[in-house]
Amino acid sequence: MSNPAATEHKPSFLERLSQSRNGLGFLFMLPAAVFLLCFLTYPLGLGVWLGFTDTSIGRTGMFIGLENYIWLWNDSVFWLSVFNTLLYTFVASVLKFVLGLWLALILNEHMPFKNLFRAIILLPWVVPTVLSALAFWWIFDSQFSIISWVLMEWGIISRPINFLGDPNNARASVIAANVWRGIPFVAISLLAGLQTIPQSLHEAAALDGATSWQRFRRVTLPLLTPIIAVVMTFSVLFTFTDFQLIYVLTRGGPVNATHLMATLSFQRAIPGGQLGEGAAIAVAMIPFLLAAILFSFFGLQRRKWQQGGTD
Amino acid sequence: MAITRRQVLAGTTGLAATAALGGQFGVKHAFAQDSVPTFTPEEGASLRLLRWVPFVKAEEEAWNANTKAFTEATGVEVRIDQESWEDVRPKAAVAANIGSGPDMVMGWFDDAHQYPDKLVDVTDLGTSLGAAHGGWYPGLEGYARRGDQFIALPLCAIGNAICYRQSHMEAAGFSEFPKDTQGFLELCKALQAKGTPAGFPHGKAVGDGNNYAHWLLWSHGGKMVDEQGKVAINSAETKAAVEYAKALYATYIPGTESWLDINNNRAFMAGQVSLTANGVSLYYSAKNDPAMADLAEDIRTVNLPIGPVGESVELHQTSTISIFNHTKFPQAAKAYLAFMYQADKMNAWIEGASAYCCQPLKAFENNPVWTSTPIHEPYSRASASLRPNGYAGPLGYASAGVMADYVLVDMFAEAVTGQRSTEEAIANAERRANRYYRL
Repeated sequence: MSNPAATEHKPSFLERLSQSRNGLGFLFMLPAAVFLLCFLTYPLGLGVWLGFTDTSIGRTGMFIGLENYIWLWNDSVFWLSVFNTLLYTFVASVLKFVLGLWLALILNEHMPFKNLFRAIILLPWVVPTVLSALAFWWIFDSQFSIISWVLMEWGIISRPINFLGDPNNARASVIAANVWRGIPFVAISLLAGLQTIPQSLHEAAALDGATSWQRFRRVTLPLLTPIIAVVMTFSVLFTFTDFQLIYVLTRGGPVNATHLMATLSFQRAIPGGQLGEGAAIAVAMIPFLLAAILFSFFGLQRRKWQQGGTD
Repeated sequence: MAITRRQVLAGTTGLAATAALGGQFGVKHAFAQDSVPTFTPEEGASLRLLRWVPFVKAEEEAWNANTKAFTEATGVEVRIDQESWEDVRPKAAVAANIGSGPDMVMGWFDDAHQYPDKLVDVTDLGTSLGAAHGGWYPGLEGYARRGDQFIALPLCAIGNAICYRQSHMEAAGFSEFPKDTQGFLELCKALQAKGTPAGFPHGKAVGDGNNYAHWLLWSHGGKMVDEQGKVAINSAETKAAVEYAKALYATYIPGTESWLDINNNRAFMAGQVSLTANGVSLYYSAKNDPAMADLAEDIRTVNLPIGPVGESVELHQTSTISIFNHTKFPQAAKAYLAFMYQADKMNAWIEGASAYCCQPLKAFENNPVWTSTPIHEPYSRASASLRPNGYAGPLGYASAGVMADYVLVDMFAEAVTGQRSTEEAIANAERRANRYYRL
């Protein structure tokens, strides 16, 4: 007996695809997937591959296994840049968080010209990094620093401060510039988070006799933690991968005291032409970045932590 | 067959030169011109040249005027793209690698040695131009040659010289500028005692920092590598150079370890230092500012002093011009170069550059630009005192990498700032250089 369905019109591949839930889903996701593959996965994969080769600009390299990493392992300049990057990221992120949260709390209060102040706070973020870096370059100049000039006028110091010449001064200076630039992002984002906290919770706590510190500790902070997690993840990532500030201010000097992994990677890969080694330095940043992201997602966003508990 | 307009071009036998000389060719000229081969541009040829952003407007105008004359003589259009000087190197390397982009490039230092097999052999031009114009300066030639083959044509040296304040030197008790390194140290000490110190960059200053570091090393007989490319930095000569650098650094204005390329100019212009080394731009920025007339009047220039090695040796920024072998019009490109190196064209260009660009060929050393003011005079010797950056070894990836990674600049900076002892700083430089020279 023949099957009547077999004699009917057989749907084409496209028809079946358009009627299939999975097929359609695949189609709709395709542009995003292609985008991710072309612009994220491929460059990342290429970077990782280059790190295993001795490619130079203008010459195709060959696979050399872990040689780049072994060299870097024994390279004091590389380890100095790792130390600098961690110090830079840690100190700058902590300062940005503390000062940003403080600013956000102030801006969240009722005060005159509130909107004007909020707009002003954003200015450092709006100015292109290279421009603000150039301004800081003058501020930290070894001969023409306005800070040194003012202090000398006041008779506090007798000769200009060696901001970018002394290793520790230079580190502090670039961190200060980064903090100045990064605070608005943290402050405005946290302010947005603060405004989502219902006023009624604060009122209820106040009625129960909670002090302002207790209200901050038990109400504001737990409710703000998810925002803090996201904001600080981004902040840490931006700081860890910073390039422009350092490149304009010191190019990694004095004697590599402010070289970050990103600037060292650039120096060796592009002007130095050692693409393989530069890529290896860039790839070496990935574990640190992953650790920061994992800490944020699996740590700061845990409900227990957010509710003030511990493991 | 009728001679087309396109064919009316030949090496140094330009019609303009003929006109300029009123048809009165001397024997020497006739000989010179016969020796440079003639290149006939391909039909429909057009060229693209990638060059560094000009430092001097008149230099750009002279180059463009010469190019325009070439186009008029041959019908070959030449498009000139400009890149900031630090970006030329990666751009040119990528063009060479992918086989597309500009036909010719004005590169820096040992660029041509990064991709020698991607360049058109210009030995015919190199040898004939050398023969026609008194020979190339050996240092510049080193940048353009690979064995017996020319892979580029030397274009110029961007001269570096000491700029100092005459009145401050006299006030420090010196009537003449010292010629040797020991006398120079005494001068720097005296300047410091008078509160008008000297200053040279120990920071990551690509141009000035490398110029200074290489002079320190070479003037004391040190070298990064030997003739075979074996790292030879760890030597008694290098140690002497580092010790000398430490003594000099002690006399400098504080903060030179953070100086980038522009800092010494700023400090000099503001009267904070009375002695530094720079291109002729320092003088011109003072001269072109009416408020700085007194300073400009007080500026003198002189070559860096001679060290124990007994001769004037310096790095200087150096430019070469090469043709990529991906060009569809190699004959047109060679014709263009031959045209630009004609005596009248090259002289006009050197004059336009007002002492920024020092001639690559000895015949052009009589260019009037060098005698127009005593300030220019030391810059006229740049090509003669120049050594390739990878001295004394072969040029290539290693020499370029070592300089780009500031190995030498860092070595001196580590030692003078006391971050490492002299021996440790040298050992560290040796270790870093070995990484590049293992290739």
